[in-house]
Amino acid sequence: MSANANARPRVGLFVTCLVDLYRPSVGFAAVKLLERGGCAVDAPLAQTCCGQPAYNSGDRADTAAIAKQVIEAFEGFDYVVAPSGSCAGMIRHHYPTLFADDGDWARRAADLGAKTFELVSFLTGVCGMTEVEAKLDRTVTYHDSCSGLRELKIKEQPRRLLATVDELELVELPTAETCCGFGGTFCIKYSDVSAEMVRRKSDDIQATGADLLLAGDMGCLLNMAGKLKREGADIQVRHVAEVLAGMTDGPAIGEEG
Amino acid sequence: MQPKSHLFKEESTKAIGDANLQSALKNLQTGFVAARARAADGLDEFEALRDEAVTLKDHILANLDFYLERFEEKVTEAGGTVHFCATAEEARQTILELCRRYGAKSVTKGKSMVAEEVALNPFLEANGIEPVETDLGEYIIQLAKEAPSHIIGPAVHKTKEQVSDLFHEHHAKYGRTERLTEAEDLVTEAREVLRQKYFDADVGITGANFLIAETGSTIIVTNEGNGDLTQMLPKAHVVISAIDKVVPTLEDVSTILRVLARSATGQEMSAYTTLSTGPKREGDLDGPEGFHVVLLDNGRSDLLGTDKQDLLRCIRCGACMNHCPVYTAVGGHAYGWVYPGPIGAALDPHIVGLEEARHLPNASTFCGRCEQVCPMRIPLPKIMRHWREEAFERGLPPARERLALKGWAWMARHPWAYRLAARIGIGVMGRLGRRRGGRFRDLPLARAWTKSRDMPAPEGRTFIDRWKAGERG
Ligand code: SF4
Repeated sequence: MSANANARPRVGLFVTCLVDLYRPSVGFAAVKLLERGGCAVDAPLAQTCCGQPAYNSGDRADTAAIAKQVIEAFEGFDYVVAPSGSCAGMIRHHYPTLFADDGDWARRAADLGAKTFELVSFLTGVCGMTEVEAKLDRTVTYHDSCSGLRELKIKEQPRRLLATVDELELVELPTAETCCGFGGTFCIKYSDVSAEMVRRKSDDIQATGADLLLAGDMGCLLNMAGKLKREGADIQVRHVAEVLAGMTDGPAIGEEG
Repeated sequence: MQPKSHLFKEESTKAIGDANLQSALKNLQTGFVAARARAADGLDEFEALRDEAVTLKDHILANLDFYLERFEEKVTEAGGTVHFCATAEEARQTILELCRRYGAKSVTKGKSMVAEEVALNPFLEANGIEPVETDLGEYIIQLAKEAPSHIIGPAVHKTKEQVSDLFHEHHAKYGRTERLTEAEDLVTEAREVLRQKYFDADVGITGANFLIAETGSTIIVTNEGNGDLTQMLPKAHVVISAIDKVVPTLEDVSTILRVLARSATGQEMSAYTTLSTGPKREGDLDGPEGFHVVLLDNGRSDLLGTDKQDLLRCIRCGACMNHCPVYTAVGGHAYGWVYPGPIGAALDPHIVGLEEARHLPNASTFCGRCEQVCPMRIPLPKIMRHWREEAFERGLPPARERLALKGWAWMARHPWAYRLAARIGIGVMGRLGRRRGGRFRDLPLARAWTKSRDMPAPEGRTFIDRWKAGERG
């Protein structure tokens, strides 16, 4: 918490490049949830991306340059929160590794990493949120995005909050923990393999009988929504934050506005 | 085996279009994953056992010379011989000489990935010696003239119907002309055909899951018991194994065995755990006259002390493959070398060279499931990342890819340029997208994506632009 125990913690929203570019509504849902959780939120304008495309392509030099920029833009906040397990995991676990032998930057990266969280786990774990004020008469299923699940151990937190949404019914996806095939640049470089992975995923999602699919990462959501739409499946796709914030009036991902 | 890893892209595409392969892979995926989960859940101390196994193996790797020397001493004491081979070529030659020494026309073989690694079968054949695989899976792919596609289930890529066809075609010469369709009948027929081969062989070659320094024994773990016949009946037993398989004591082996079986097939223990210690002694009723252990290095010792040393902890359980969404989509052959799946993606570039195997560490989404299930806690994604970094430094990715990445990175490092481009690009895409019902069915610059899925359209203005303008929802 911040120095003054009564002051609201200052949260820097790392909006992530995909939310910024594709789905700002997720960013606004995150702001709303964080404010309800008792935080003062700001989104520094100098942010672009966490550097994962470069990092996962083996380009360490560019990754380090981008990471330094993120550290500088966000280290003044009490917390950094991202509506994405993948980007939060990047800052939390990979930045410190990246600068492990780099003196002062090692310390700054470690400090930033320690106060960086994925949105839903931050709401439950740090803000102590146990329920949300939202209502949605839908049968939903949930995909556990890989980085959030394995790097940040996010599994029951979103389910716990979803259980408090009025009228919402959650049906489990048996392959919820299997990668959807997005994988950043993987989906372009190995597009046939990625397409097969998301085809299987789409079959599994349709078999649940749910009419809404949720997840916590835009990359996976774009991938799965793209496949479900291509197959003509009558299933909507949204980021979990939109539902928790009660912001489901606008069009779902890949649907007409 | 001749590496074909540079063809990963083409081969993986082919594999996805192969209906037989896809139906075989489907069974693999669901069966092994559920079995491992049950086995891990059923043993409270499973995680602690994993830690114990990791610590043990790290200790061994830090003292590898010592344990290997110890092992050699004990094998010699028991009347056997250890042959250290630095390269695959040396290992092949050593085995050929041994076969000649024992006058072998045919050899029976138990399952051995290291024998695949040194491409033993084609070499023996070229030298007039017939190798007969006795592990059912290996036998099937030997008939099909294929390589294994999985390290514990070499023929998981074959459907029962394909096996039935193969047996029908190859067993006619033994007077078996009936076409069998039941799995059990197929197994029985293979056993009967193989029976005579065991008696005919002059040398039996097996792999080893472990080498025990304390006793000079080698251990194989199987579910068929074929290994026993392979090593007991012929004149000589030749074990081919890699240097990283050595373990100090029998007690230590039992720790690793417990995580191995659970991770591999979900069993508590494999059905057969066979120890071999030296040749037949005076007064023994059976056993081989000669006992030889061919120990292969093939670049493994170069990994010691590097950021990839953890690879040497691998106990070849196959759990990483069974849980890998890429492996289960494309099968093992697409990887183009002996070790497929995540362990192959991390290990193969070291053995066959990064130029040859560049695709393998890249063809992963870094979903992390392999590391999550690896009983030896090998940080497979991290090692794949090391390879990506090495490849990038050496300029191996295609120019087009590097250029696109550099362009993007430049933008990411210059927020003003990024914001400007984002505003224009997203504005245009948002407008177009609205006219197309919120998604694109075809984007000329992103065909790799739109070939098989739609591309959702962006909302139209970026979050940061709206935030800057004072919007709050
Ligand atoms: S890397 Fe791990 S999971 Fe894969 S085969 Fe080796 S020990 Fe098993």
